[in-house]
Amino acid sequence: MTTRGFFGRPPSDDVARRLPPGQYRTEDFPVLAKGPTPHIALAQWSLTLSDGPRPLASWTWAEFEALPQTTWRGDIHCVTKWSKLDTNWSGVTFDDLLHAAGVTPPSAYLLAESPDDYSTNLPVSDLLGGKAMIATRFADAPLEAEHGGPARLLVLHLYFWKSAKWIQGLRFTPRNEAGFWELRGYHMYGDPWREQRYTNDP
Amino acid sequence: MTEAATYVASARWQEATIDRLLRRTERVLSVFLRVRLGPWLAGQHVDVRLTAPDGYQAQRSYSIASAPGSDDVELAIERLEGGEVSPYFHDVAQAGDSIEVRGPIGGHFVWRPADGGPTLLVAGGSGIVPLMAIIRDWLVAQSASPMLLAYSARTWEELVFRDELLDTQAQQPNFTFIATTTRGRPHRPQDFDRRVDRALLHDVLTRWNRSARSVYICGSNAFVEASTTSLVQEEVPPGRIRTERFGGQN
Repeated sequence: MTTRGFFGRPPSDDVARRLPPGQYRTEDFPVLAKGPTPHIALAQWSLTLSDGPRPLASWTWAEFEALPQTTWRGDIHCVTKWSKLDTNWSGVTFDDLLHAAGVTPPSAYLLAESPDDYSTNLPVSDLLGGKAMIATRFADAPLEAEHGGPARLLVLHLYFWKSAKWIQGLRFTPRNEAGFWELRGYHMYGDPWREQRYTNDP
Repeated sequence: MTEAATYVASARWQEATIDRLLRRTERVLSVFLRVRLGPWLAGQHVDVRLTAPDGYQAQRSYSIASAPGSDDVELAIERLEGGEVSPYFHDVAQAGDSIEVRGPIGGHFVWRPADGGPTLLVAGGSGIVPLMAIIRDWLVAQSASPMLLAYSARTWEELVFRDELLDTQAQQPNFTFIATTTRGRPHRPQDFDRRVDRALLHDVLTRWNRSARSVYICGSNAFVEASTTSLVQEEVPPGRIRTERFGGQN
């Protein structure tokens, strides 16, 4: 259905190729959050890996910073339709975290959890093999609180709400349990290339 | 908890006809759409899709300003300089034109009459739009719970829905509307002439003398950050505060 009088401003082919359907490019870094920004002191920060209610491993900030660090460059896609290209992140990959904990994933799903009662669900297979990290740096600087600092999950191949800000827990779950947005109309998986924005999207 | 069960977004794009356009302020245009949306909740938004003759499409999200149950879906669209979609609505769109929409969408920044109150609303600029749906819904429902709106804009003229807000306050003793304008003098004794900060919100809350059961804040990220930080310092529990921040729009 053509919109009378609308021509738009299509991006160059180079950019268009990198934009999933329905997305547009933004140069700034919009902030989305369900509530106030938590300000978490590094001395209070910890990350816990657990199997349901049972803790498997836990790191203080100093312990976490001593783990192997990885740097990635990639594009992020927010379900609210903006995409930001060529972002730079550093942190600890999920693979390295499991290795440090000496843990084999006890189930196929997990919930990433934050202290503001946010959570989001992911298949463990989407985090393994160099596909996810706990990021603590953005563009070579400590990650700002409004962007999820001190540490956020980073899963570049899914819509950005899956990259939980202020992450403090990764909890393996026996089933694929819906998280905060997944309970409120958003898709259980969230692949931007298949435009899986909302609950009933195929 | 149970709230979650009701948010199932319509998966389908559907045609919407522009019923009429209404200029609200120099930079904000209301677009009234005739479309069969499912029932929506105050605070929700729709996705809009425009298609060029060569097939190129652009999508954006816009909050609904009209109360649930209204005949038309009202979007109030701010013109963003250099934007791709908002100038189309401001410069090109006419009554009778068709666009595509899907929705309603969003299950967190929503209010319904059964939620009760007291409810505190804080708006910056065009962040008033989803809060206007809440105020209108509150009015339609004849809710007895107190509601307060603190609304910041650059000038008195740029307060979108200003006259409707003044009317609502005149009719409803339980509704309090406090404006602050960062340029120009305050128009009424209760208004302010500076940015929203902790001292301003402290004054507002002290005068209101209520403890907000829920708080909705919408505006630019800088505005929302300043407002939430101030309210948390004023000992409003963070878990009661819902935010919506715009940015990256064009």
